[in-house]
Amino acid sequence: MGRTLIEKIITAHGAGECTGGDVVWLGIDNRSARDFAGANVVGNLEKYGGESPIDDPEKTFFTFDCNVPANTIPYATNQHRIRLFAREQNLKIWDVNAGIGSHVVIEEGLARPGTTTIGTDSHLNIMGAVGAFGQGMGDVDTAFAFKSGKVWFQVPTTVRVTLTGMPAAGTEAKDVALAMLKEFGSHTLLGKSVEVQGEWLDQAALSDCITFSSLGTEMGAIIILLAPNQNVLDAFGMKREEAFYADDDAEYEKEYTLDITGLEPHLAAPPNPHNVHPVSEYKEVMVDGVFIGSCTNGTYEDMAYAAKLLKGRKVADGVMLKVVPATRKTWDRLLHEGLLADLFDAGAIVSNAGCGGCASGQIGMTGLKEVQVSTSNRNFTGKQGRGDTYLAGIGTAVATAVLGRIATVHELEEV
Amino acid sequence: MTSLQLKGRLWVLQRDGELVSDIDTDMIFHNQYLAITDIAKMGQYSFDNLEGFKDFAELAKPGDIILAGDNFGSGSSRQQAVDCFRCLGVQAIIARSYGAIYKRNAINSAFPVITMANAKASDFTHMEVVVLDMEKGIMGEKKTQAMSGVQKDIFFAGGLFEYAETLK
Ligand code: SF4
Repeated sequence: MGRTLIEKIITAHGAGECTGGDVVWLGIDNRSARDFAGANVVGNLEKYGGESPIDDPEKTFFTFDCNVPANTIPYATNQHRIRLFAREQNLKIWDVNAGIGSHVVIEEGLARPGTTTIGTDSHLNIMGAVGAFGQGMGDVDTAFAFKSGKVWFQVPTTVRVTLTGMPAAGTEAKDVALAMLKEFGSHTLLGKSVEVQGEWLDQAALSDCITFSSLGTEMGAIIILLAPNQNVLDAFGMKREEAFYADDDAEYEKEYTLDITGLEPHLAAPPNPHNVHPVSEYKEVMVDGVFIGSCTNGTYEDMAYAAKLLKGRKVADGVMLKVVPATRKTWDRLLHEGLLADLFDAGAIVSNAGCGGCASGQIGMTGLKEVQVSTSNRNFTGKQGRGDTYLAGIGTAVATAVLGRIATVHELEEV
Repeated sequence: MTSLQLKGRLWVLQRDGELVSDIDTDMIFHNQYLAITDIAKMGQYSFDNLEGFKDFAELAKPGDIILAGDNFGSGSSRQQAVDCFRCLGVQAIIARSYGAIYKRNAINSAFPVITMANAKASDFTHMEVVVLDMEKGIMGEKKTQAMSGVQKDIFFAGGLFEYAETLK
């Protein structure tokens, strides 16, 4: 019987032949912890790690991305506790200047097709974007991976979604991901490995795949695992034979089809990510702030698209536009290619690389009754302050910032 | 020595003839007690927010086994929702299914959580003494999932980190 993509990756990482439902020991290539919960990982290792708390220092590292640089004393103390431990154990830290850990790990080529990554970030399953396994875990599991190089894991069963057709011009990866949330909600894909295929994904850029897979967490999926297309292989300088693909005769627990022909831009209205509607239905909503960034929409391509749309335009009076590139490398390119100037001249507040919008207070919170459009991935009540958050793609976010009300990217043409 | 055969009194968590499903971590160990870190103090609050079983902590005896419906332990990642049962000496939980994080937490603390996919309330009598064989996957006359290899490794070591000690 043919095997699914996740079964093949897990089998290749020390688990032996396995299938959905089996509980196995899974070898981990990249063992990471971030500033959030990282100090607890250190605490566990100090308590239980013994003489040799780290299995392989080359594969074990920290990424600081939540609160960078720390703006509260407890965060600063936790980060520094990690630094001291890392120095002692010779572990690499991508410190407060590096950006979002999951993106750094992809950018550095560590999370490449077919690899396994775990850490204390619930969006680490974003690695599914490059045909790799990734999973967020608690501090005990993560500490265990630091010490032993593996975790136990129940192989999820796999379902497959086929996207048919192509979305309308001006529709982005975020909109396609929102269409998935609209269709499947937060329960249908619960606990599954979700393989998605279709014409749109065949041509998607790496940055689109990242955006798309990042919302797997909001769908309740273990992972949205994409077969690496040519763009993704090229980004890692890999050949098809070097990556993993599901067998042609792989068996899926269930198959779904979702038609995205002519899909228009969508948004998720409060209070949750699957409250998805066409942007055009919300045109009368006035906004106070717009956030562009996060692990969902913080890549160079996202930023460059925002800069292109903003060039020669101005953010509406009274609207705060906050922009946070995901990594320092993206920052570097924006700066030296002059795109930062386009963002700045339009009126954007550009902050240092990191999680920005999610991490409490890092680039400001929303107050009671404040309305914000965000390119991030969660809009639960209270998540980003007391205001109302709408989730949308880059085009919608920019058009909204310029017009001062929720707007589609098509409306920008008239400005 | 730790054994894969357990014998104990069975709590059948049922309402109107149905096993109770979706018992979340706030019903097991309510968030008002989250500041408690001493496991010896946790037992007294077990199920004190579960309608119909609020006196559980008072009546439970070491060796007891619990039977519940679907999605046991859904909700937050709090480890106390496992530790409160260990504190009381509860030996195992049997349920139709579990919240994913709860299951990880329980296995990591060497606390047996066993799946009985088609369990019904009528299969057992409340407070009857049952024998659970976690190797063969059987309780009384009914089949359960057997413990996985991983679950067994951690169970015999006494916890995830205790297991890690045996690796080197
Ligand atoms: S941007 Fe937000 S959701 Fe993404 S990794 Fe950072 S904190 Fe998590």
